[in-house]
Amino acid sequence: MEVSRHWRLNKQRYSLVGEVCPHCEHKLFPPRDICPDCGEDARDLFEFSGKGSVYSFTTVSQAPAGFEESVPYTVAIVQLDEGPLVTAQLTDLGDKPVEIGTPVEMVTRKLRSDGDQGMLIYGYKFRPAFAA
Amino acid sequence: MALNRPSEDDVVVAGVGMTPVGEYWDISLRELALRSITEARQGAPTLRPQALFVANMLAASLSAQAHLGTLIADFAGLRGIEAVAIEAAGASGGAAIRQAFLALKSGSVESVLVVGIEKVTDKVGPLVDSALATGTDADYEGIQGITPTTQAAMLMRRYLHEHNAPDDALSGFSINAHTNAVTNPNAMFRRAIGLKQYHNAPMISDPVNMFDAAPLADGAASILLTRRELLSNNSQHPCIRIAASALTTSTLAIHDRPDPLNFRAAKQSVENSLNMAGIGIEQIDFFELHDQFSILAALSLEAAGFAERGKGWKLAQNGDIQLQGEIPISTFGGSKARGDIGGATGVFQAIEVVRQLQGEAQENQVPNAQIGMSQCLGGMGSTVATHIFASDG
Ligand SMILES: [Zn+2]
Repeated sequence: MEVSRHWRLNKQRYSLVGEVCPHCEHKLFPPRDICPDCGEDARDLFEFSGKGSVYSFTTVSQAPAGFEESVPYTVAIVQLDEGPLVTAQLTDLGDKPVEIGTPVEMVTRKLRSDGDQGMLIYGYKFRPAFAA
Repeated sequence: MALNRPSEDDVVVAGVGMTPVGEYWDISLRELALRSITEARQGAPTLRPQALFVANMLAASLSAQAHLGTLIADFAGLRGIEAVAIEAAGASGGAAIRQAFLALKSGSVESVLVVGIEKVTDKVGPLVDSALATGTDADYEGIQGITPTTQAAMLMRRYLHEHNAPDDALSGFSINAHTNAVTNPNAMFRRAIGLKQYHNAPMISDPVNMFDAAPLADGAASILLTRRELLSNNSQHPCIRIAASALTTSTLAIHDRPDPLNFRAAKQSVENSLNMAGIGIEQIDFFELHDQFSILAALSLEAAGFAERGKGWKLAQNGDIQLQGEIPISTFGGSKARGDIGGATGVFQAIEVVRQLQGEAQENQVPNAQIGMSQCLGGMGSTVATHIFASDG
């Protein structure tokens, strides 16, 4: 069922809940239960701050099915302040060009509408974060 | 180091066949596959395949057709034999050859037919892109609207940034591929390009332009493998053996790697292959790598050890990758200009290597080709299948 497929990821999609390895302190996003660094069990939940910077990015003009109405959109790999990289769309870009290194913060947005029932799927995107 | 000596239990090539890469509106997936099977079996008419491995990535998504092993075995007049499809995204072809190698080495079967088939042009646009995206991490990459092109673009931007490389640093890969495709009758784009065309190419997903990305098309390729002891000696071709076979994996999502520009699976796959063959990287005469995107060519050359980190693009700028160069690549045009046949890529590459080693590459011939390496990637180096082929000569 597509509904449950997305529902079970709500903690990740809405609040960047990953894991921290109790053995080596490695922070994991997405959660994966086995630490890729030390190979031990890593099931302690860890909520990421949502702050990070752009590792790389591109603009999508030829979208896969389900994303056509968003074209053009910007996708990035974001390096979270706690370490992990995460793939996410950038949003609220305004006039200032994105660059590698641009500081960003997580926001919740509509990702796509799904299937015949038109279910809306929400989740994380990132927007430029300017020093307050 | 010296290449391992030929032995009776070597896996050897008994026949090869491939269709031109292009758009086949008039024939179906099974018919396209059969064309390459028929040609491959002509190499050893009395050798009936005991097993069939079909390499394919997209038929389930684009043709609503799974279960290709049985479909194609039956259609090819091989009803009843062991037959199964192998899927590892863009590495499916190399993965299928690997499975054939293991099956033959185990002694369980005496002949294996590997068929790479992709029939993609029945669908167009967003449906093709979402089918390609199924090879990424659906929950954490696909849901953000990415495709392999998006991934390649992000890797390419980061590569140019980290290495302070010029915007057109990767142009040499595309120019070389197009030059080699001109004389390949099976290639989709047989037209040379220069730097000017590269600069003027429309942007697909910045910084990936039209000449940084390979065009996806239809095609089929088949290779019939057996053990040397079972091959009749009256073949008109020099015997080509698989001197090494390796398949390795990395993370599916590129964001799960500490350093996305380091193709660790590719490095490991090449190391395993060289160890198995008993040779060093400098003994590889040419390298059919997976240039689905120009950035993948650079990263594959670096992972294999032909160039230091950040220097792979320079091999394309100084002519080292040309047919007469130090390490020729994409000798028949590669994915870029021969055409990208998705999960069939590894089988096309293997046949191109075999043609080089048989000295039958004609105008595309690499001089003194004795040892050739092929490598195909599933995703951005998530799965890597590497094979080293050698001629007895
Ligand atoms: Zn750990």
